[in-house]
Amino acid sequence: MPERVLDVRNLSTHFFTEDGVVKSVDQVSFYINSEETLGIVGESGCGKSVTSLSIMQLIPSPPGKIVGGEILFRGENLLTKSSEEMRKIRGNDIAMIFQEPMTSLNPVYTIGDQIAEAVVLHQKVNKKEAWKRAVDMLREVGIPSPEKRVREYPHQMSGGMRQRVMIAMAMSCNPQLLIADEPTTALDVTIQAQILDLMRKLKREFHTSIMLITHDLGVVAEMADRVAVMYAGKIVEESSTGDLFREPLHPYTQGLLDSIPRLDQPAAEKLHVIEGTVPNPLNLPKGCTFAPRCPKVMDICREKTPMLTEVSEGRKVSCWLHVDPQKQPSGKEAAS
Amino acid sequence: MSAVLQDQKAHGVLMEVRDLTKYFPITGGLFSRVVGQVKAVDGVSFDLRRGETLGLVGESGCGKTTTGRAVLRLIEPTSGTIKFEGQDITKLSKREMRALRREMQIIFQDPFGSLNPRMSVGQIIEEPLVIHRVGNRKEREARVRQLLEVVGLASYHVRRYPHEFSGGQRQRIGIARAIALNPKIIVADEPVSALDVSIQSQILNLMEDLQHEFGLTYLFIAHGLNVIRHISDRVGVMYLGAMVEIASSEEIYHKPLHPYTEALFSAIPIPNPDIKRERIILQGDVPSPVNPPSGCRFHTRCPIAQEKCKVDRPILKESGPDHWVACHYR
Ligand SMILES: Nc1ncnc2c1ncn2[C@@H]1O[C@H](COP(=O)(O)OP(=O)(O)OP(=O)(O)O)[C@@H](O)[C@H]1O
Ligand SMILES: Nc1ncnc2c1ncn2[C@@H]1O[C@H](COP(=O)(O)OP(=O)(O)O)[C@@H](O)[C@H]1O
Ligand code: SF4
Ligand code: SF4
Ligand SMILES: [Mg+2]
Ligand SMILES: [Mg+2]
Repeated sequence: MPERVLDVRNLSTHFFTEDGVVKSVDQVSFYINSEETLGIVGESGCGKSVTSLSIMQLIPSPPGKIVGGEILFRGENLLTKSSEEMRKIRGNDIAMIFQEPMTSLNPVYTIGDQIAEAVVLHQKVNKKEAWKRAVDMLREVGIPSPEKRVREYPHQMSGGMRQRVMIAMAMSCNPQLLIADEPTTALDVTIQAQILDLMRKLKREFHTSIMLITHDLGVVAEMADRVAVMYAGKIVEESSTGDLFREPLHPYTQGLLDSIPRLDQPAAEKLHVIEGTVPNPLNLPKGCTFAPRCPKVMDICREKTPMLTEVSEGRKVSCWLHVDPQKQPSGKEAAS
Repeated sequence: MSAVLQDQKAHGVLMEVRDLTKYFPITGGLFSRVVGQVKAVDGVSFDLRRGETLGLVGESGCGKTTTGRAVLRLIEPTSGTIKFEGQDITKLSKREMRALRREMQIIFQDPFGSLNPRMSVGQIIEEPLVIHRVGNRKEREARVRQLLEVVGLASYHVRRYPHEFSGGQRQRIGIARAIALNPKIIVADEPVSALDVSIQSQILNLMEDLQHEFGLTYLFIAHGLNVIRHISDRVGVMYLGAMVEIASSEEIYHKPLHPYTEALFSAIPIPNPDIKRERIILQGDVPSPVNPPSGCRFHTRCPIAQEKCKVDRPILKESGPDHWVACHYR
């Protein structure tokens, strides 16, 4: 059986704002095996970034707080670690890259300084070796003339190069898990293709597990082994990438796939539409949160919340069309 | 007469753009002297046919927005001609241009930034009617309510303010404002790029409905090639200030001729894991428009570039019926 690098169980992260409690992540469970890429997809505000920041324990507090659940990293619960222990884990065992590399690069230091600092912090090497490692990593991620560019500042680079630098920094300590939060959303498609190619290459070389967050179903189809679909703070469907795209089970997943113009199909006359909008996080509907927009809504949907339940080998869905209300354990989520 | 020619006759050319350039000066030094030029748009030609949607694609900074604004003279072109219904609008005075603006409207990408937060939705949509002195107060109010309904918003929204609306709703307000004066042309600059997929399809369908209902002509700018293929009759591909290919949207998708178009389409991730495609991964970044490469602007990244490409700039020529491409070897 493959090793579970990450096992998130019933994670809930809430924000206590002036207007009320935002349940950004609500009883979310998923896992990532070694050398596996898990894609997390969903529209803006559904809780993707809060999930990843919870794992790293970088939730701004107040107003945010992890109010429940466990985050097991190689079997150990990260939520019981001291902040000192977490600091060692971040960047060393678990690394993260963000959508806008400029926000996580320091504009006043050269990129060499920044990568070397990360290396010195986590590995027992001296400054000189760390610089050498920085140059090697820049070469690894395809930055031309790395000996020269290592002395440059972030603003001297294009968006694509900065993302390469971020990846170099993230990979410099050879992490077990890489969390990539919309790593190519700010990039052009030809540059995105370069970065995705690079991530695939690094995964092969370094045997890293990847948690890839994106709103682009195309990127997921191309990169992920398994996919979790989020809607309004919950995972509504989880399955292998092949199954999800061939036969989506949740009406939200079906609606999403139908509403994008498809290049792999003859141009449609009219696009499918998911009516309405994402619900207000301060005032979520009772029962299934997708009920107000769901074309297949039934009476029970407005009363009881369906839990994410395994419906066949490796496929989970939270929808009353697929889950038998008699069999759902009341209250807590079915064990993952 | 070929089918294509017949088609052109039936539709007619509403706007003819020739050799459009827009250079932005770069100033620097003690006396803010001009030290260089950003060649944002550098010799772009195309026709906009009556009733069609012409899609404009290309990567960030290639000059799409600048082209869209220059053809409406929202920014002054550096050179070139823009004929609207046969009349060269680059020669018109500011005043003449203002009168003509009724016919040409624009929708912006950012539904948040493009609406004045201190104006109610009613005032926002009424503004162009007021500027062009259309109808009396009562007639304008009726028109505003009608427009709200046309774009799928209940008319009771009229007194609410932009911050009370979602991104998709704000884009509907922007569209209502753009069609208020019954324009002939709408330049839509990335109207769905900031929206979630489930909202994108609502807006795309609305724009198509309005086009049929009011006979609108769209210059539709986007970087999402799937959106462009869906909405466009024809597509123009831009690279570093130049138009490199124009053809019907099916043709350009199935038979791209320019090496850049080919790479661009092959780079799009497709939401179907069963499809395995040949991917052309271009090396390097897009060069700066301040010092664009000599000859063919694409030669620094082109997989099939030859010596000639470094020297001679290819012009847009018809390589197949109504299929235009700027490449020496295609
Ligand atoms: N007012 C300006 N002053 C100087 N340079 C400008 C100005 N406006 C645009 N540019 C430059 O002109 C080039 C083309 O810009 P433009 O906004 O037309 O690109 P675009 O294709 O719309 O890109 P995007 O996809 O990012 O919107 C870019 O290099 C840009 O930096
Ligand atoms: N610092 C914060 N304060 C209050 N609410 C927040 C904060 N950060 C995120 N949220 C809320 O949590 C929800 C999920 O956000 P996020 O995880 O960033 O979404 P996304 O899926 O787009 O990454 C949203 O409703 C968002 O408004
Ligand atoms: S539970 Fe009901 S409302 Fe929710 S997705 Fe399933 S059918 Fe639709
Ligand atoms: S002209 Fe030359 S460099 Fe330009 S696209 Fe054609 S082959 Fe490539
Ligand atoms: Mg996010
Ligand atoms: Mg633009």
